[in-house]
Amino acid sequence: MATRQTASLARLMRAPAIILLLIWMLIPLGMTLYYSFLNYNLLNPANTSWAGWFNYQYFYTDPAFFEAIWNTIVLVMGVLLITVCGGIAIAMLIDKPIFGQGIVRILVISPFFVMPPVAALIWKNMIMHPSYGVFADIAKFFGASPVDWFATYPLLSIIIIVAWQWLPFATLILLTSLQSLDGEQMEAAEMDGAPAISRFIYLTLPHMARAITVVVLIQTIFLLGIYAEILVTTNGGPGYASTNLTFLIYRAARLNFDIGGAAAGGIIAVILANFVAIFLMRAVGKNLD
Amino acid sequence: MARAISRNSKIGWTVAAWLVALIIFFPILYTIITSLKTEQEAIAGFDLIPSFSFSSYETVQNQNNYFRPFMNSVVIAVGSTLLALIVAIPAAWAMAFSPTKRTKDILMWMLSTKMMPAVAVLVPIYLIFLRTGLMDTRTGLVIILMLMNLPIVIWMLYTYFREIPGEILEAARMDGATLRDEILYILTPMAVPGIASTMLLNIILAWNEAFWTIQLTTTNAAPLSAFIASFSSPQGLFWAKLSAASTMAIAPILILGWFSQKQLVRGLTFGAVK
Repeated sequence: MATRQTASLARLMRAPAIILLLIWMLIPLGMTLYYSFLNYNLLNPANTSWAGWFNYQYFYTDPAFFEAIWNTIVLVMGVLLITVCGGIAIAMLIDKPIFGQGIVRILVISPFFVMPPVAALIWKNMIMHPSYGVFADIAKFFGASPVDWFATYPLLSIIIIVAWQWLPFATLILLTSLQSLDGEQMEAAEMDGAPAISRFIYLTLPHMARAITVVVLIQTIFLLGIYAEILVTTNGGPGYASTNLTFLIYRAARLNFDIGGAAAGGIIAVILANFVAIFLMRAVGKNLD
Repeated sequence: MARAISRNSKIGWTVAAWLVALIIFFPILYTIITSLKTEQEAIAGFDLIPSFSFSSYETVQNQNNYFRPFMNSVVIAVGSTLLALIVAIPAAWAMAFSPTKRTKDILMWMLSTKMMPAVAVLVPIYLIFLRTGLMDTRTGLVIILMLMNLPIVIWMLYTYFREIPGEILEAARMDGATLRDEILYILTPMAVPGIASTMLLNIILAWNEAFWTIQLTTTNAAPLSAFIASFSSPQGLFWAKLSAASTMAIAPILILGWFSQKQLVRGLTFGAVK
């Protein structure tokens, strides 16, 4: 008796969350899909008509689309490379017996708590600014001429900013994984005369493999959606040099008022994110039992 | 001798670690320092010692009415978190304590909604907001951020609740506790730390959200993330002012964040790394 009562109560307790998420997922996505087949511009809403695959064709043949896809890939890969390699190195460094470990940890993870517009504006104005930034001061100190970062290397500049924001996340997760490494095994390897490099390759790296996978997958999900950092620094330019897919869709929707085109771009973004999501779900699902 | 070497190596590693930590922290530190300079000092070249002038803080408050975006941030972050908890606690509770065959599938499906790129639903959400008058309101942002973070909240709570041992419940039932007693006197005290951690992490995530806040607000409901983004085009001397506004925007969450290191790993990896 009690179990049946509990079961129906449990169903009742689950229902609101499930219904809300169903609505959140189905209605907007359904609307995006519908709009993606319409000729619909907010500047001329009276002229809305069925477009068939035109929006997709238009998006797909636009050179800016390929540039944005390429920038998205470079941005994600660049940030992943820096954060994973840097994260492993810093995690191993913090894991050593050092004085003031707690404070070092706090300093290292701090950038993660800085909201994206602040992080981007700090780097844009305080660090990378061609006349007042710290990089310019360093360059002048060595007698070199300062670099105008966002004009010369727009995408690289954004990669640096985003990597700074996500390095703490990678470090923290890799450190957590490193701390569960079996110390005795490591000592045994050390006593047997295994050099530090072999210990790293054959013991540390395999142990961290799972954490590295999780870092890569979760970061990719977030990195595909980088937006505010681009908006406040380069605004996607010069030209489309630092426009990623998210920013291209934002441009279509909010600056060109092209609802149909932006919706078609949104559907493409969903497909792209799904590739990553499938792998992430497998990694997480394995751990659920 | 071995001891001496190990002490030396400890000092060596300490120096290296502190150096790396200070480089990573430097942009934040330099922002705090610059916020205490006057505008003339701020552009006068590299200098780590400010004149401790608080005029920039005053200017930001007086010119830009800093208090309004700050309060918007507080209301939106806390409001969306509380709302998410109200929906998520019963759901996570049910899935942790009376799991069915489909519980795992439901959890995975919830996680999958988090994978949906925000920009994919920008068009419909924007149009719905325009038509329903939710545009530039705190209510609208509270709803969106609540829905956005709901999967993470449910997942975090679920992993915490699952660690509450079932034997305790059995023992309580044997002693004649009713369902109400169970919930009030046994489960709630054990669940509170997990709920608090979840709340903390979610407030941080909501505070720092910068896609929907920029898209869906203009002035009235703009929280700090949207307010700071409006500093992107400099007008005259603004380095110290930008630094002051930035410092005030990140300070509360930085301090909260330091307390939530462990929860961060757990919450953002959906329990895959503990």
